[in-house]
Amino acid sequence: MARWTRRRTKALAVKTGFSIYYVLFIVFIFGPMIAMFALSFQGRRGGTSFPMRGFSTYWWEKLLEPSSIGDLQGALARSLILALVVMVITALFSTMLAMAFRRKFRGSNLLFYTIMLGLMVPGVLLSLGLATLMRQIGIPPAWWSSGLGVHVVWTLPFGFLVMMAVFNRFDSSLEEAARDMGAGEWTVFREITLPLILPGIVAAGLFGFTLSYDEFARTTLLSGEYNTLPLDINASMTQRIRPTLFALGTASTIFSFCLIGLFIVVYTILYRRSR
Amino acid sequence: MLQTAPPHAKRHHSGLIGDQPAPPAQDIARLKKTKRDQAIHPGWLVAPASLWLIVFLVVPLIGIVVFSFWTPIRGGMTPDFTLINFGNFFRQEGFFDPEHRNFLKLSIFLTTLWTTFRFTITVMAVCLIIGYPIAFFLAMQVKNFKWQLALFLVAMVPFWTSYLIRAVAWLPMLGRRGLFNKMLMNLGIIDKPSSFFLYSEFGYTMALAQLYVVLCIGPIFFSLAKIDKNILEAARDMGASNFQVFREIILPLSLPGVAIGMIFLFVMLMGEFATAVVVYGGKTSTTGTVILNYYATANYPFAAVNAIMLMLAMMIGVFFILRVVDIRKEL
Repeated sequence: MARWTRRRTKALAVKTGFSIYYVLFIVFIFGPMIAMFALSFQGRRGGTSFPMRGFSTYWWEKLLEPSSIGDLQGALARSLILALVVMVITALFSTMLAMAFRRKFRGSNLLFYTIMLGLMVPGVLLSLGLATLMRQIGIPPAWWSSGLGVHVVWTLPFGFLVMMAVFNRFDSSLEEAARDMGAGEWTVFREITLPLILPGIVAAGLFGFTLSYDEFARTTLLSGEYNTLPLDINASMTQRIRPTLFALGTASTIFSFCLIGLFIVVYTILYRRSR
Repeated sequence: MLQTAPPHAKRHHSGLIGDQPAPPAQDIARLKKTKRDQAIHPGWLVAPASLWLIVFLVVPLIGIVVFSFWTPIRGGMTPDFTLINFGNFFRQEGFFDPEHRNFLKLSIFLTTLWTTFRFTITVMAVCLIIGYPIAFFLAMQVKNFKWQLALFLVAMVPFWTSYLIRAVAWLPMLGRRGLFNKMLMNLGIIDKPSSFFLYSEFGYTMALAQLYVVLCIGPIFFSLAKIDKNILEAARDMGASNFQVFREIILPLSLPGVAIGMIFLFVMLMGEFATAVVVYGGKTSTTGTVILNYYATANYPFAAVNAIMLMLAMMIGVFFILRVVDIRKEL
């Protein structure tokens, strides 16, 4: 009996130790962000580091003024449109691919590795290759053409892996049953398959959205004359860094948090319904 | 109603009243055939994505290889075969000339690649040391599923925020008047601000580790969560200590996740270029920045050569990681 309790105390001590470590880890990964949030409310005469010289929304107001950091509103709009298109394409492609991969087909291995290659190739290489190629052919790069192209290359593996996982746990006998009752392929897909895999499709799409919205390396050489938001942020970093940049970073991070929250809500609802 | 179909319905079994006659073979064949004809051919499902990947992934990569052999001219390049770009990558002025002080000194591009590699390996090690216990804690110590999911998601949140902004967020922390110096001075560890933090190897490594550590926690967590808890229970019942259980069972079974996480980190860090500029003040160049610089000066073939060397280094690295763990066998 005594040994049992000692073992339990030890387990509890270990667990407490790990919990403290986890909290420290969270401080480590969120600490700089929180410092940035605080500094975005820096007083008018404050700089980019502590101490805070008063509290103001001066830098946030500057953010809303036109032309403080490039064409911010335009960049944001472009990034959002691009992310939405990438989301739709990622969801569509990864669903189609994963459905095809339910059976073996010729070249499936090659295709699988090509999809994964999109995950492995560093953005700067892809950017360089496509930008040089387009230069040589004489097509000017643009965020909605070449930018869109490489973004999907980057997001597709994530969506594809999500959908593969969905189909791995999928019970095909439901489809069999529907077919045996005389349903056509399209009806089976619409009535049985689609409702069951919908949470997965949404997850794949949202992966596409966030990854595209934040993507920087792949767009560096490929966005053409108009910047996306991450490129704009990068451009503003090469100038003198001011707290406006922190306000921008805070705004963008809050937006990402909202997206994550929205994603969790939508996913939970869909998941419950598909049960 | 459809949900009631049992998952094992397909299995043929003898009925309650004895063996049923099997349906005629040709009927089965006919049924299968019509079913296959009805289903959409996989070719149509994969064609759009395949085409997309060829145009935006395969062709650009082939392009890099081809362009690296072209001759650079003012403001561009011409399709004349040359090996001079590769020569320039390895050779430095005075290299192998006993009279010159650069005798046996490696070219700056090779050294840059080596620096990139060295930082990559260091950051990978730091990430593994920081990340593995977190994944272990989430997968093994947190028993309640809801808590597990919640804590995991909190740890993964940075993955869905902008990486560039997280790099920017490091600026107030580092630097002579940054938070780290302030804290250390308040604690009395140092008495005057140290330039140890911003634009230093230490600051750079730490920032990179913070930016990328979440990438390796996910795969390690998943491989740890997949481990059958009954095995651990059995080992403990047979008298294994906690450490033995970890060394003999948990660690080997988590290696595939570690390998996937490390490959992920490796390729990302090798291609890294933005953080070097933000946090390291462009004091060092990575191969990524070299590529962009040569692109900016319109020397495309030489940018391509650097890109190829980066790719080769990455392939070698991934190959070695895969030698340690055979992922395909484990999946």
